[in-house]
Amino acid sequence: MRRAALSLRLRLVIQLFGIAAVLAIVLYLTVRTVADQAAEATQDGVLGAATLAIAERLQGGEVGVGLDLPYEAFSILGSISADRVFYRIDADGVPLTGYDDLPRPDQGGGEIAASVAPVFYTRPFRDTEVRIAAVGRTVLVARRPVPVMVMVAQTRQGQEAIAARVANRAAALGLGSFALAAALSLLTAGSVLRPINRLAEAVGRRGPNDLRAVDHPTPVELRPLVFSLNGFIARLRGALSRTETFIAEAAHHIRTPLATVRARAEIALRQSRSEPTREALRAVIRAVEESSRSAGQLLDHATVIYRSDRLTEAPVDLAPLIDGVAAGFAPTADLKDLALRVAGTEAPVIVQGDRPLLESALRNLLDNAVKYSPEETAIDLTLARDGGQAVITVADRGRGLSGEGAAQLSERFRRGSNAGDVVGSGLGLTIVSEVAAAHGGLFELDEREGGGTCARFSLPLA
Amino acid sequence: MRFLLVEDNADLAASVAERLRLDGHGVDRAATLAETRDCLAAASYDLILLDISLPDGDGRDFLAAERRAGRDTPIIVMTARAAVVDRVDVLDLGADDYVTKPFDFAELEARCRAVLRRRGVALQTVQQFAGLIFNPLNATVRVGDELRELRNRELRLLEILMAAPGRIFSKNQICDRLFSYAESVTDNAIEVYVGRLRRKLDGSGARIETVRGIGYRLTAP
Repeated sequence: MRRAALSLRLRLVIQLFGIAAVLAIVLYLTVRTVADQAAEATQDGVLGAATLAIAERLQGGEVGVGLDLPYEAFSILGSISADRVFYRIDADGVPLTGYDDLPRPDQGGGEIAASVAPVFYTRPFRDTEVRIAAVGRTVLVARRPVPVMVMVAQTRQGQEAIAARVANRAAALGLGSFALAAALSLLTAGSVLRPINRLAEAVGRRGPNDLRAVDHPTPVELRPLVFSLNGFIARLRGALSRTETFIAEAAHHIRTPLATVRARAEIALRQSRSEPTREALRAVIRAVEESSRSAGQLLDHATVIYRSDRLTEAPVDLAPLIDGVAAGFAPTADLKDLALRVAGTEAPVIVQGDRPLLESALRNLLDNAVKYSPEETAIDLTLARDGGQAVITVADRGRGLSGEGAAQLSERFRRGSNAGDVVGSGLGLTIVSEVAAAHGGLFELDEREGGGTCARFSLPLA
Repeated sequence: MRFLLVEDNADLAASVAERLRLDGHGVDRAATLAETRDCLAAASYDLILLDISLPDGDGRDFLAAERRAGRDTPIIVMTARAAVVDRVDVLDLGADDYVTKPFDFAELEARCRAVLRRRGVALQTVQQFAGLIFNPLNATVRVGDELRELRNRELRLLEILMAAPGRIFSKNQICDRLFSYAESVTDNAIEVYVGRLRRKLDGSGARIETVRGIGYRLTAP
């Protein structure tokens, strides 16, 4: 089994969402790192200043190192946060004052002593972690240089609080930017796919018989698709037109010899006196008539289906249409001495419709009436308005319906159970009901009072 | 009636011509549009029976050209194309009527008559027998000063008998021309029409005589 291809939209949206998510995470991490570094730098600045302030106050002497602790240095530290402050001063590697368990820097005292700027490091201390600034100085004690190291430490709660706040903000920023990017990616997917949808719509809106080339404005990327679509349409159009030509040719090649057969059979019938031969010739003529009628109605039926799909609706005046069709049938009706009475065609009755289809329906109704009417009866063809409907009724004095309704008799190739020996294809009423349906109309068959059939064909008035 | 039959299929043309001659019509044949023009230049016709697919052109173009040129000899198109659209097409081009192949000759004749009647053509087809003047085109008989209308089957029956007065026509011969081949007809049906026609001919001296066991003939005293 072939897997259904993932929709372009889904593909695009998933990829854009992925990119948005990665960018949001990178943004979050960057903001956090920068904020952490900034907070640390602030603390280091203050710690360094305090350390240097203490180192300034170191004094040499004859007996030892003197120190006047500058308390303002500690108050600076206290002002930036409520963190606890520790200090330790070593002279010659031996704790002089302060917390003597405060960790010393990893480097040797000599290096520290040589540097003017403080060194910073973070160490665990007691129950917490502290940031420590250390600076070394050399003090002369009894004219002997003694290395002194000053360390000032501060707990990191304040900095951690800042970091947590910044992290929250960064997370919100990351989520916000992700949401924004996601929304934009949905819009982008929509706008990128819009030309495809428009093309699909334009092609989909066409009726099955609209075989013009697609000249919808399309982006460059879709042109190969449109190009091959048009190629396909052109081939289909060619095939259809060859089929139409073929049908016309076939009709010609079949009907012409059939006409010869019929004419010859009629001539032979005139000349023959042998009753079996005459009966055979009559059968030949009936068969020719039946096959030509079937061929004609199959063609009509195909035309009806073909045209119903793309109904070319235009205003049609039913009155002259009915008069014309009735005039066309008059000679045929006359052969059976049938009176064809037309009423209601004095004034125009306009409907929206396809004239050849309406004519085809009307011809089939009249054809049925003429076929099934006993000679010297009348067929009443009436046009009337009834509410918003134009109603054509064809009433004959034929053999009626034998209990079957329009729905049954309109089935393809279905013929009434009382059709008897009358030649027919069973497609006539199918054509009528299909034309009615295509025009939003209605086709009904009723028994006529006093015998016969009344066919009612109604269409919405224009 | 005098027909010009334009049909390129030799078999069909021969059959149709023979069939029309059996009914007493004159028929000239043309197989191409060129021959058609030659015939029309040399003689005049009551009706042209025109096929559409011809070797040297489309019958519809010929039809349109004739009408454009103002020549209005009635034209009935014989078409093998039965589609609705084709039918509308030929009438719009100026054809008087059309028949779809294969056609019923009785119907063709009825259509020809209808076309000529519609055109108001004064044909030299009025036939006289005894005190009877018969106009098949208008479907009337005149007896003295009285004009009597004939129904279609009475008209055709009289046409058959008038074609050869005195000759006996069998019931079969009459049946073939009066009824469609799809109908099952009893001998009784013919008698009904004979009876009616006799009443229409009353007082003209013309008489339809029953030849027992054979058929009917038209006689005058």
